[in-house]
Amino acid sequence: MSPTGRETALAGELALGRRRGRLRERVEPISLLALPGTLYLSVAFGVPLLLLLVRSVYGDGGLSVASYVRFFEDPFSWAVIWNTLKAALLTTLICLLAGYPAAFALARASGALQALLLTALILPLSVGVVVKAFAWTILLRSDGIVNRLLLLTGLTEAPVRLIFTQPGLILGAVNVFLPFMVLPIFAVVKLIDRSLLDAAATLGASPVHRFLHVTLPLTMPGVIAGVAFVFSMSVSMYVIPTLLMGDRFKTLSILIARSFLFMRDRAAGSTLAVVLLLIAVAVVVASAMLSRRHQHAR
Amino acid sequence: MTPAERAATVAIWTVTAAVVLVLLAPLVVTVAVSFSASPVFNLPPPEWSLRWYQRTARLRELWPSVRLSVEIALLSTGISLVLGTLCAMAVARGDFPGKTAVATFMVSPLMMPGLVVGVAILQALREAGLRDAWLGLLIGHVVITLPYVTRTVLASLSLFDFTLIEAARTLGCSYPRSLLTVMVPVLAPAFLTSGLFAFLASMDNYPISIFLIDARNKTLPILMLQYLEENPDPTIAAISAGLILLTIVVLLVADRLVGLRRLAEF
Repeated sequence: MSPTGRETALAGELALGRRRGRLRERVEPISLLALPGTLYLSVAFGVPLLLLLVRSVYGDGGLSVASYVRFFEDPFSWAVIWNTLKAALLTTLICLLAGYPAAFALARASGALQALLLTALILPLSVGVVVKAFAWTILLRSDGIVNRLLLLTGLTEAPVRLIFTQPGLILGAVNVFLPFMVLPIFAVVKLIDRSLLDAAATLGASPVHRFLHVTLPLTMPGVIAGVAFVFSMSVSMYVIPTLLMGDRFKTLSILIARSFLFMRDRAAGSTLAVVLLLIAVAVVVASAMLSRRHQHAR
Repeated sequence: MTPAERAATVAIWTVTAAVVLVLLAPLVVTVAVSFSASPVFNLPPPEWSLRWYQRTARLRELWPSVRLSVEIALLSTGISLVLGTLCAMAVARGDFPGKTAVATFMVSPLMMPGLVVGVAILQALREAGLRDAWLGLLIGHVVITLPYVTRTVLASLSLFDFTLIEAARTLGCSYPRSLLTVMVPVLAPAFLTSGLFAFLASMDNYPISIFLIDARNKTLPILMLQYLEENPDPTIAAISAGLILLTIVVLLVADRLVGLRRLAEF
């Protein structure tokens, strides 16, 4: 911010402070524009989630956490939570490892190459998850392309069973969520001032040092956003495991769908839903805190 | 270039090539299978044919569900464009307590588990005595599409120079007119990009819709998954290939209008 900019901002803050002091109730008319959207989302999204939360502890017999006690005492629940988290962690990790370099390639490419890379990212983003998961069931078959590639390159001697296995699931999930990792990282990579890296090089910093102390910190906001996106989406994925793993693989999402849609067991479903909701909220809060701390550090 | 930098470049492009391959493989496979003559998914197919495309015409449930999906997606995107833009303007220009909280709240449905949101909305609708599936779907889909619009329009507004509005007013333009002639054109790419992704997110939604449909109102993803589980034949590939083709056309148009690079700022 330029000195004059800071001065005007300061003057603005002072004026604001005075205005607030005198007319505390007065709200600028433009702020009221937030009302329709916020009200809508509160009624159609906030209140329903709160109701779900309240209902899960407040039943016909008054306040009770018995369903949670039962849930957390059961070792099966922990296995389900672990399944869910493991699949999400692996998906996020692979997306990060593959997406981080790809974001740099996207930023460095130009012309037709950049167009190709952007198409490869955006086109799948706009094709439905049912379509993509279905395509992976074909790709992962024992006589599918992935297996033929493995045989051709000599990585395996016999076809590997991939569909209905965890590696197959992770591969499909990575495919669906990769753009959500690459695009936020690309958004910060393209803003990096190359002269900073040149300056570091002139000052004698090694490439590794430059990466760790200049590039990586500058790209952290994108990494945090991408990781938060991919993790919160993959922790609650439903269509992909349904098609690529089937019912044998128990995750929170699959059990939620089953208890509400097939078993009509609302009590069990609500407990599961709240557990998954809390995981998602934890991810949002953690990412918000991380990105705020990162902003302060800079 | 030092050896370390060369190694890094090679690594970056190797990974990127693999990423492109993995991202495009399912789309290529789907299109290839849709033209296969065989009912099992052999690749390459023994013979090419259009039989699965012909079959889609005979799926009675298909066209009503396409119509429903498009209807809900268009309407919810339209509503979100209005609500989201208003909200983004308030957050970008207004000054009120809890401004950042409002901004976070508006995009939070994007990161909440779909199935849980779906169940919650269903139970709330039941509580309110609303049993119309079409209306329920619309209510749910506005929740899905609103974050896309708010996010992108807010990002675009935070780069907008509001002194331009003041300038227009000094030159004798009324406030609404200066918003319309100065701000709206600047925001047009944001409207298009966010509208596109909101539309696609609505068209693709499974986890929220599954709780809000009834026997007569089934959206396309739900119909497709159900069909896949009942009779897995390449008909679904033909529908998918049609959707992919449609998407390519839409992206080409969007590319001409705002450029692919803008689309990447979804």
